[in-house]
Amino acid sequence: MDSSQLLGITTFTYMFSTFLYATIFIFKAKKLGSAATVFTVIAFLIQTSGIIFRWKESYALGYGHAPLTNMYESVVFFAWTIIAMYLLIEWKFKTRVIGTFAVPFAFLAMAYGSFSTGINKEISPLIPALQSNWLLAHVITCFVGYAAFAVAAGLGAMYLIKNMSESRKTTNEDSILGTLPPLKVIDDITHKTMVFGFLWLSVGIITGAIWANSAWGTYWSWDPKETWSLITWFIYAITLHARYTRGWGGTRIAWLAIFGFVSVVFTYYGVNFLLSGLHSYGSS
Amino acid sequence: MKKKNPVFNFFSSVKLALFTLCLLAFTSIIGTIIPQKESIDWYIHNYSEITARIFQVLSIPDMYNSWWFLGLLTLLSINLIVCSIDRFPGVWKQVKADNLATDLKRLSKMRLTSSWVSNKSEEELATDISNRLAGKGWKTEQRRRDDSLLLFSQKGAITRTGVYIVHASILVIFIGAIIGELYGFKASVMLPETQATSTAFETGTGKSIDLGFTVRCDRFDIEFYDSGMPKAYRSKLTVTENGKVTQVKNIVVNDPLTYNGITFYQSSYQGYQDFLLTITDQKTEKSQTITLPFQQQQTLNDNSRIGVINAEAMGQSISRMKIWFKDDQGPASTFWINAGDQVTVERPGKKYTIAGKQVYATGLQIARDPGVWVVYIGCGLMILGLTVAFFMSHRRIWVLIAKENNETTVLITGSANKNKTGFETSFDALSKELEADTSNGKQ
Repeated sequence: MDSSQLLGITTFTYMFSTFLYATIFIFKAKKLGSAATVFTVIAFLIQTSGIIFRWKESYALGYGHAPLTNMYESVVFFAWTIIAMYLLIEWKFKTRVIGTFAVPFAFLAMAYGSFSTGINKEISPLIPALQSNWLLAHVITCFVGYAAFAVAAGLGAMYLIKNMSESRKTTNEDSILGTLPPLKVIDDITHKTMVFGFLWLSVGIITGAIWANSAWGTYWSWDPKETWSLITWFIYAITLHARYTRGWGGTRIAWLAIFGFVSVVFTYYGVNFLLSGLHSYGSS
Repeated sequence: MKKKNPVFNFFSSVKLALFTLCLLAFTSIIGTIIPQKESIDWYIHNYSEITARIFQVLSIPDMYNSWWFLGLLTLLSINLIVCSIDRFPGVWKQVKADNLATDLKRLSKMRLTSSWVSNKSEEELATDISNRLAGKGWKTEQRRRDDSLLLFSQKGAITRTGVYIVHASILVIFIGAIIGELYGFKASVMLPETQATSTAFETGTGKSIDLGFTVRCDRFDIEFYDSGMPKAYRSKLTVTENGKVTQVKNIVVNDPLTYNGITFYQSSYQGYQDFLLTITDQKTEKSQTITLPFQQQQTLNDNSRIGVINAEAMGQSISRMKIWFKDDQGPASTFWINAGDQVTVERPGKKYTIAGKQVYATGLQIARDPGVWVVYIGCGLMILGLTVAFFMSHRRIWVLIAKENNETTVLITGSANKNKTGFETSFDALSKELEADTSNGKQ
């Protein structure tokens, strides 16, 4: 077994997990609940070992480094953190339906990494700029934040769907959406997930600034990646203030969770391909 | 409530904060789409004469330092300060509140309450309950209120200030940035091997800055991976002050040299057509280092002569060179040296070590930023503040013990300002335990 096989299997297991959660949601097949969880946990463990193997393989190649240094490795890690975040939420809030809205993100990330032609999957050595102890701290903290925002966006979508049908009065205990948690609960979890993501995004920006200062002598240079991470930070700061001080909730916060995640995706992905800057090594 | 003036109200409002943050987020996008800090000609060439003029009027080419962007940041700062002046005293009052003076009627109306009766005396119960609470980390104070005893305990009162720590941290970061702007500089220098400089050139303005000491680049090397990717850029720098060598360090990207508060970062390099050769007589250990152009001969101190007659290059960097060398004995030797390597050359009666490499100039970023530690303290405060504001709550518990006829009633109530469900669970467990331990039927 090598890492590419394990990560290949992961893509398919996440697809199957998505399918299981969707089945629970659509067909109200509650009996499948623990099967979906067990299966996702197994998929998660396969992916974890895939990442560890890849780490080891890089050492065997003579230029050992954590597998967090190019687009492929980052989407794999992104998927991993989304699943970790989701499993944590499932365990903490005892609800499985969220899986339908969160696990697909992990599957899509893995599928993009595996099948996109523009992505280099080889383990390559570190260029001088990336040879720093800050690499691990910076990438991990950013991606914990990104994963939380992905899950929050999934929850936001879930809120909007349920809300739409409730306002049309089509929801009752027997309909599909009846299995979703009450709106108040979704709203609460969305908020908590965003708060969690906001803390980690802040730490991610700060570790990035410290790293930039130790490599180039400036902690902030308004490069597009930095600027977009700040824009994302502003968006979530606005969202949190709107909630705390102006009592925003429900639909508006759900939309902001989705809108914020669009900004996250642009920060993470769009900047590398559409704009130029210091983070360009993330694009190959 | 005292009446406040409308200007104060305007600057303390959250609406203004939301508005400013939205504007900052929105305008920040401009500089990520329109390349920054290019020349006016560049904008004319890539956009149009008119667009370039408009850009210039609006300071778009350097928008993050423009009057209007800095103005927005100033507005945000004023908003933060005024808003904190407005709200902090109220929050501090809550932190310092005398919770034993609370309205007793309010206690029984709170959401989380539990009560039971006991046949123990008030004092006995008070001691018992406060000991049990103390065992769980709830240190109590007590006061006699009319004909009953009130116990109070709280955790995390100070966490109410979390939000203000975050607000302050942003201001601290701004102060650090201003200090850096006023008392620091960013500069760069392109320093060829074996050369020294005591001046650097400020980024943007090109103004020369006197470093107050001399820095020399002794050597610059590039290491490659087998794939041809660069592995390391390394400069050996020597700092000299008042004619004395005070520091020597090999710097690489991510590992700079700092001297007198000025830091030198490895940032780029430039390859020259010249060669750097070191010739050492192995017996006398006399060594000489020279720089010479391609295909030119140079006479050394001991009258031997040397030159580079051929070279192979990979892109801009020379991978090996062919040397011609002749001392006073016999015909000339010619041999190849891999860049950065050395070889032993046997001559009649003598042995030499000859090392050769291409001459490079190392590109150094030079920065002094006395504000950076202030910025880092601000960052630390921000993480602390966010953690406190989001994940820690102010939890309070009151226990009212009142004598009624032959029995004593115990009323316990509590509240938390955040994570209410979590608090409810622990409150329920706590009150059940206290009830079980102190109510009637239990000795």
